[in-house]
Amino acid sequence: MADVADVVQIDHSGSRLNALVPSAAKSPRTQEVLRFVVALTTALFGFGLVLLVQGRNPLSAYADMFGFTLGGAYGRSEVLVVMIPVLLCALAVAVPARVGLVNVGAEGQLYLGAWLASWAALSFTNLPPWVLLPFMLLLGLVGGGLWALIPAFLRSRGWLNETISTLLLNYVAVLIVQFSVFGPWKDPRSANFPQSQEFVPAAQLPTFGDTRLHAGIIFALVAVGLLFFILRRTRWGYEMQAIGGNPEASRRAGIPIAVYIILALTIGGALAGLAGFGEVSAIQGRLRPSLSPGYGFIGFLVSWLAGHNPLVIVVMALLLAVLTAGGDALQINQHLPFASVNLLMALTLFVVLAQRGGGRRELER
Amino acid sequence: MSSVLFAQVQRAVTSTSLLQGLAAGAIRSGTSVLFASLGEVIVERAGMVNLGLEGCMLTGACFGFVVAFRTGNPFLGLIAAALAGGLFNLLLGYLVVTRRANQLASGLTLLFLALGLTSLVGWDYVGKKIDGLSLIRVPVLSEIPFLGPVLFEGDVMSFAILPSALVVWWVLYRTRWGLAVRTVGESRVAAYAAGLNPDRIQYQALFVGGLLGGLGGAHLSLAYAQVWVPEMTAGRGFIAVAIVIFASWHPVRAIVGALLFGGAIAFQLQLQARNAPASPFLLDMLPYLLTLLVLLLWGRRRQYQAPEGLWEVFRGTS
Repeated sequence: MADVADVVQIDHSGSRLNALVPSAAKSPRTQEVLRFVVALTTALFGFGLVLLVQGRNPLSAYADMFGFTLGGAYGRSEVLVVMIPVLLCALAVAVPARVGLVNVGAEGQLYLGAWLASWAALSFTNLPPWVLLPFMLLLGLVGGGLWALIPAFLRSRGWLNETISTLLLNYVAVLIVQFSVFGPWKDPRSANFPQSQEFVPAAQLPTFGDTRLHAGIIFALVAVGLLFFILRRTRWGYEMQAIGGNPEASRRAGIPIAVYIILALTIGGALAGLAGFGEVSAIQGRLRPSLSPGYGFIGFLVSWLAGHNPLVIVVMALLLAVLTAGGDALQINQHLPFASVNLLMALTLFVVLAQRGGGRRELER
Repeated sequence: MSSVLFAQVQRAVTSTSLLQGLAAGAIRSGTSVLFASLGEVIVERAGMVNLGLEGCMLTGACFGFVVAFRTGNPFLGLIAAALAGGLFNLLLGYLVVTRRANQLASGLTLLFLALGLTSLVGWDYVGKKIDGLSLIRVPVLSEIPFLGPVLFEGDVMSFAILPSALVVWWVLYRTRWGLAVRTVGESRVAAYAAGLNPDRIQYQALFVGGLLGGLGGAHLSLAYAQVWVPEMTAGRGFIAVAIVIFASWHPVRAIVGALLFGGAIAFQLQLQARNAPASPFLLDMLPYLLTLLVLLLWGRRRQYQAPEGLWEVFRGTS
């Protein structure tokens, strides 16, 4: 039975549900950490084998990767830079997951947030930064939120399952950005390279020192704290958990399920949109179609690995950010395609998912 | 990126009338999605949702291209693609069947696996040319006005659309194995009680689904575009999953869905080829929006036809 609880991912936050979750007592944190270390080691070994087959030296590849991400101050700051969008996208998945919704659309919500924030940056070039930046931030939230509102509305009426709709809308969102940077927003000076004009300084979020680390890390951590508080300490969090656990019983108890569905998915989308704002304003300084290497999808996996628990999400996001940031080192020093780091990430997730295991089998036999 | 692909087939569509170009283009562009959909019908009938189908197609496209390039024989490429897709799906089987991991998360994990693997394997093959599946013209029949070029001109796989769908239908509804697959999809418990081995049947369904998914991907790299481009599937795997829902888990109805999707792409190609004043990026949205619209209009009343075991997946509890 222990494994059933693992898969259902009930939050064991001192609620009455605790009685149902013996695994909470049985699997102490250290054991969890140990299992993750085993998973990571296995994945590193597997990826090393693939590199060997490709005729590369895995040891030097890993030395580059971890030397860069963990060895120096700049590398460590790069890890945090990557962690910002991953963390926000993971929250974008975790909030709807509380009411039993599967949001696979954080990638598209990130793009739409970035797109709307860029519109403000390119349109209101005369505003002072203390007006423009908050406005862009707001539009980032609105863009991501509106993009999530479409599947949320369709789902709340029972018309269309949100898994498929969020997934397909990702592609539409990327195309909207491509349309803009190839068309109306194209920077005339950048010949064939599709991108918008560089934002005015007032639209660029300041970074700390010589690094690319920006205030987004504060927004992300505040979001984690707020969600942690709301989900565990308020009636809203309790009712969301009730809907996720048993929608029919919640409906009969008078909880407005449709409202929660719309709110949860829209808030999730807004958080992904916030990530999009951070990427265009602080990292890129302009709108590019390649603004995310799949942060939305990485966020989805982070949230699942963390059982949609905001605090565990922080740890998981940090770990996957190390791998993603390490991909840059692989690309630059080893002349491997950036996408190859996806393989290492996937292997890690593969082993973790395999370790977690166990659902219905016990009920069956 | 998709515009790269489309440039390859544009020559074929400009020379004909709009309607004929649309019909022929729908088949050409829909073939890859159809094969993937047929595979996904079998997988979903066995009670699983494979979000890794996108990765399965990508693996097929990549390995098919590499083998076709190395051997110079596109048919060996097809075989390699099918096998690669089948083996790839077995990985998903280990997670969702043996380990009972969450299906959606497992599927996306495998998509990332495919993205990484194909970027490494295909690294040296980007921009290489191959002799892909050749265009076959059925003698006499292809001379029929309008219908001839649409129905009797194409590659091996586009001719196989209807036969493949019928074979999948026959296997699912007229064979003992098909009954077993559908039983497992409705209820693993019932299947177990009936003396079946649900795990083994789900693995088999995944393998067969992977063969078809790999073939679908290979159609992109060996026939449609005849080049290897990283991430060239561009969401077709997800479209295939949507088509299966639209088709209410029925292989023959999946043809309709795939042709609608192919038609949307063909429409967009026709407009581009005729220099219509519309952005290619806005036109690129058509297939995705159309898929959503179709699901919205027809998807709901077919929910009751879903294999019972799928609901746990979509509710996110399995």
